[in-house]
Amino acid sequence: MTIRISARRRTLAVAASGAALALSLTACADTGDGDGGTGDGGDDAAGFEIDCAPYEEFGDLDGTTVTVYTTIVDPEGATQQASYDPFEACTGVTIEYEASREMEAQLPVRVQAGNPPDIAILPQPGLLNTLVTQYDAVLPAPPQVEANVDEGWHESWKGYGTVDGTFYAAPLGSNVKSFVWYSPAAFEEGGYEVPETWDDLLALTQQIVDDTGGEIKPWCAGVESGDATGWPATDWIEDVVLRTAGVDVYDQWYKHEIPFNDPQIVEAFDAAGEILKNPDYVNGGLGGVDSIATTPWTDAGYPILDGNCYLHRAANFYQTQWPEGTTVAEDGDVFAFYLPAETTDEKPTLVAGEFIGAFNDRPEVQAFQTYLSSADWANAKAAATPNGGWVSANYGLDPELLATDFDKASAAVLADPATVARFDGSDLMPSEVGAGTFWAGMTEWFARDLSSQEVADQIENSWP
Amino acid sequence: MDWFIDAGDDPAHKFLLMLVAIALFVVVMGLILFLVDRPRNAPRWLVSLGFVGPALAMLAFGLLYPGLDTIKNSFYNRNGSEFIGLDNYATAFTESQFLIVLGNTALWVLVAPITATFLGLVYAVVVDKSRFEKFAKALVFLPMAISMVGASIIWKFVYEFKPAQGTVQQTGLLNQVIVWFGGEPIQFLLQRPLNNFLLMVVLIWIQTGFAMTLLSASIRAIPDDIVEAARLDGLSGFGMFWRITIPSIRPALVVVLTTIAMTTLKSFDIVRTMTAGRFNTSIVANEFYEQSFRQNNTGLGAALAVLLFVIVIPVIVYNVRQMRLAEEVR
Repeated sequence: MTIRISARRRTLAVAASGAALALSLTACADTGDGDGGTGDGGDDAAGFEIDCAPYEEFGDLDGTTVTVYTTIVDPEGATQQASYDPFEACTGVTIEYEASREMEAQLPVRVQAGNPPDIAILPQPGLLNTLVTQYDAVLPAPPQVEANVDEGWHESWKGYGTVDGTFYAAPLGSNVKSFVWYSPAAFEEGGYEVPETWDDLLALTQQIVDDTGGEIKPWCAGVESGDATGWPATDWIEDVVLRTAGVDVYDQWYKHEIPFNDPQIVEAFDAAGEILKNPDYVNGGLGGVDSIATTPWTDAGYPILDGNCYLHRAANFYQTQWPEGTTVAEDGDVFAFYLPAETTDEKPTLVAGEFIGAFNDRPEVQAFQTYLSSADWANAKAAATPNGGWVSANYGLDPELLATDFDKASAAVLADPATVARFDGSDLMPSEVGAGTFWAGMTEWFARDLSSQEVADQIENSWP
Repeated sequence: MDWFIDAGDDPAHKFLLMLVAIALFVVVMGLILFLVDRPRNAPRWLVSLGFVGPALAMLAFGLLYPGLDTIKNSFYNRNGSEFIGLDNYATAFTESQFLIVLGNTALWVLVAPITATFLGLVYAVVVDKSRFEKFAKALVFLPMAISMVGASIIWKFVYEFKPAQGTVQQTGLLNQVIVWFGGEPIQFLLQRPLNNFLLMVVLIWIQTGFAMTLLSASIRAIPDDIVEAARLDGLSGFGMFWRITIPSIRPALVVVLTTIAMTTLKSFDIVRTMTAGRFNTSIVANEFYEQSFRQNNTGLGAALAVLLFVIVIPVIVYNVRQMRLAEEVR
């Protein structure tokens, strides 16, 4: 059989097959810059002046480009980009900003595909660890960055950016997680005082239950967060481990020098459970104990606003989660106090932060890395964040530049010599645990009312 | 050269680039086919190669190579640096976490396609030749136009839970109905194993329209003389449905069932959007993403993907066979 089609049809067929091919190919083409955008806000940073001298040693960088890949989407993305303006003005480097919520899953894919960004803002050290040990992809920090970090940060922060003795990633911002949000007005109305010790906190909880005749559950919590569901509960446990078992045990625990199901850790689970799994104490305005598993963490504090809940433990960045029009101040709608420890002498504090990983050592990349690790950047970022919700543990940060009283309070906690800061343990554990079974285990702890021992055993068994 | 690589933020530039790319491929493909056809009495293999070659090359590059690579990865450890034999498969078949995943997948494949096909069939028969046929069909067909993620979000709202506490109002449709009847609101997505079926409802809601459309068309295609003859022989109602309609549309039924079964095996979006696999609702399609991209365990992720592939193969084979049979009948 021979192929006999008319000339006209042949041309058409040729054109059609070509077009189909082309379409399938262009569909795969990278569309570029995600949802970064050049949002408004943060104009203040344009006027922020920095010393350009540190970047001269990198040579003439005018006209070069550095790509940044991050999870920080708008609205915070806008202030993040605005904080780069002084550097761009100094050096003439263009920063291409790409933000995606899927960055944590996509970055390893891009690294493997040989298409990494120049700089990635890593939301947790666990990802740095994975990138270094599994893919050998991150470049060690240049000496200028190391000098900046030695000067501006506590050595523990440098440690979180270090893998196997090599320093890779400078810290960027810092979060303070040991806060309890409350409504100052509701406290005043009930005659309640901000508790100073863990026992005070439990007493206050019981008092609220008694005063309202059990109608109101004092605490509200929620751990739903898409495929990261469970992480807010790991923070709870870490905070309680710091308080009941102490800092030393905490260090041994996340390094797995003691098993995950060590009796002291199970005790901490139970201590947290005294609040979180007590049907009289939770879940204010959100349901029973099991509703903690299904409530989005972003909404979990809202019942405070309509009086269905009194206490919500969440990090300083929860400040930006409150609905628009909520005043965050000591005499406003909501404010937060430090989650108390067993005594007033100690101030263990759970912190976390982002880190800067570099995949390229072109001079403009190293210059930008140096800028991001400097106190200048921290101050530029503070100036570019007019609505607050951002702090840094950098010593060079001028607290006066921070936008809100609450941010200043957070910075004060970070700077307080009595504060013993410990990094979020789940971020430091191997990702199978820290971003896997620990999250899942906590979710089951609420959803199926598994015992603390069962959950701890399960997580211990999954440790690689 | 930069102009061709980086379009920047300019949409006009991007579109122009796209058109250039399309034009380029039309030209290249046209050239290949033209050259192949050029010589008088070109050998047949050359002509075939010209037509099939580009497609085959792209299949090999875009499908075959990644497929083989995935199979290879499934025998390696989490970052592909060490050969570990069948360990990943052993993990998938022995650890309780993955056994639940496999069990759920089996449940999905059994329940969702059959329910969707059954509902679609009944609906097609019931509305056939009724007065509101078009409108009724459109109603069921509409969900087909909604993406899986969109549908999942809609249904998540339906199942939404708010407690009967203080001043809290219900926002979920189902729980509001329960409250109207004086019941206590229920945490639907936490009720295992019920939650698995609640997730399947989303898929069934989408796929029923598909089943209904195809089956309705093939019911229409049953020759009138067969129906007439059956009627003369005294068949009507259920007898007609069971002895005439079903046997006549059997090939279409099988194609619909297997097509939905394949969609079911791939319905990653629903699980990820609604529960992210928590509360014992994960299925293989979700778990292999979770392992590959969340836990960075490429080996185990690849093993699960291969498993999914192996499960799909018999369904595809059966599907293709039945389609061929159906064509031969025609």
